Amino acid sequence: MGYTIAEKILLAHTGKQDIRPGEFIEAKVDLALGNDITAPFAIEEFKKSGFKKVFARNKIVLVPDHFAPAKDLRSANQCKILSNFAAEQKIKNYFEIGCMGIEHALLPELGLVGPGDLVIGADSHTCTYGALGAYSTGVGSTDLARAFIDGKCWLKVPGSVKFIYQGKLKKWVSGKDLILYTIGQIGVAGALYKVMEFCGPVIRKLSMDGRFSMSNMAIEAGARAGLIEPDAITEEYISKFKRKFKFYKSDSSAEYEKIYAWDVTELEPQVACPHLPSNVKPVSALKDVKLNQVVIGSCTNGRISDLRVSAKILKGKKIKPGLKLIVIPATQKIYLEAVQEGLAEIFIKAGGIFSTPTCGPCLGGHMGILTEGEVALATTNRNFIGRMGSVKSFVYLSNPAVAASSAVTGRITHPEEL
Amino acid sequence: MIIKGKVHKFGDDINTDDIIAAKYLISTDPQELGAHCMESIAPDFVKQVSPGDIIVAGNNFGCGSSREHAPVAIKGSGISAVIAKSFAAIFFRNAINIGLPFLESPDAEKINAGDLVEIDLASGIIKNLTQNIAYKTPGFPEFLQDLVEKGGLMNYLKEKENKNV
Repeated sequence: MGYTIAEKILLAHTGKQDIRPGEFIEAKVDLALGNDITAPFAIEEFKKSGFKKVFARNKIVLVPDHFAPAKDLRSANQCKILSNFAAEQKIKNYFEIGCMGIEHALLPELGLVGPGDLVIGADSHTCTYGALGAYSTGVGSTDLARAFIDGKCWLKVPGSVKFIYQGKLKKWVSGKDLILYTIGQIGVAGALYKVMEFCGPVIRKLSMDGRFSMSNMAIEAGARAGLIEPDAITEEYISKFKRKFKFYKSDSSAEYEKIYAWDVTELEPQVACPHLPSNVKPVSALKDVKLNQVVIGSCTNGRISDLRVSAKILKGKKIKPGLKLIVIPATQKIYLEAVQEGLAEIFIKAGGIFSTPTCGPCLGGHMGILTEGEVALATTNRNFIGRMGSVKSFVYLSNPAVAASSAVTGRITHPEEL
Repeated sequence: MIIKGKVHKFGDDINTDDIIAAKYLISTDPQELGAHCMESIAPDFVKQVSPGDIIVAGNNFGCGSSREHAPVAIKGSGISAVIAKSFAAIFFRNAINIGLPFLESPDAEKINAGDLVEIDLASGIIKNLTQNIAYKTPGFPEFLQDLVEKGGLMNYLKEKENKNV
């Protein structure tokens, strides 16, 4: 019996000859990541443990991105804990604002993660790097503290579920729509403790950015990882980095607990309605939903192609009077590209605001909190009760093209309507 | 370890934003976090908890973010253990790592709010003292039992380190 890509990567990071789903392993990680919410906890645990030095200063990444630039005094303290620890331990990969980005956009952009890597991050959306053919998974702060010490992590080997996407995507339909559709079909616990493996002809043609959006939301179905076998598109993405990567592929004899196959040719853009990412409807069913705010950004959809498609729709147009449009590029590089390409100007002239990188409103941190009764459409990944502010506010999730179109009309809108 | 307490009941897919909203993630203090536990979905929850009480929930408890603040907030609110039909994976490992006792049980839905239950973590048996019935759960595999018995991941690691020296 063969191995899946996930099993192959995990096996390569243990000293074992064989591993099977359900087994507990202690794996060596290639990279351990923390942010301004989770790392302070980990640093506290590390210091309490009595250990003095981190296992490898080049294998730890610290990114203050959630409440940074510091939104208040206490957030400033948390960010400071990261910068102090980075200085103390000489951690190379600490990213202060100015070179910072939302962690899951920043790490691939810098080549810090890539095919074949085993990455843990004290952030649930660490599963994003599965798009590159890495096994990357979200863990807690204590796991991160432990990895600081010996570079290891306990893991239960998950079983894999295969998702095959056939057909050809219509215009305005993206990776975000594929993953929303998938979560809508299987539910928020539909892949609980499993690896989701995305494949089929549609995935092979999907851009790297589209793949990141898909793997990013694997956690929203309860999955440990969302993997895509690396191919020529992956190779092109990583070709600029000097380090070595390992391309793993699933064996044809690998075992899957379940296989889903969908023809997505007729799929229209998808929208997740309050208050679960699985509460998914086609965009055309929601055209009466009026909006107070539109957010374009996040680790799911704050990449340059997301901003380009949004700007294409907003060019020369004005957003609905009274609506708040917030555009947040995911990294400094994307921020600069958006300025150089004139995208920032399009957003501003349309009546929106253009922010420095931050997770900000996605988790109700800052930069666009909703009050009672307000309704937002966001390109983010979660729409739980109170996620973006008031427990009496409402968050819908969509791709950037739908978000930009909806900002123009003030209600949930299919881009082809404009 | 035997845990006994009154039940507070929750449904399916209770997420980490429900357990502790992001606006409170500016602290790592269990008491401060505990004071806001379940605030978004059950504003009176913390007031109603007596130390030692137990949460009983449905499927996928603790889904969403990786914030370890969630099991810490539950502990800080005075809750002594969680029983659910299933747990989200990151919450599961966080609870193990920080030593919050929990059990997975398909019988969770049979337990009512206000019931008095007793949990024996070693045997995995839940006794519903109000309904006078017992539920058997599979308990934990050996590796996890070891982690729980040593009081969480950091203690486990320290012990391992001492053995090596």
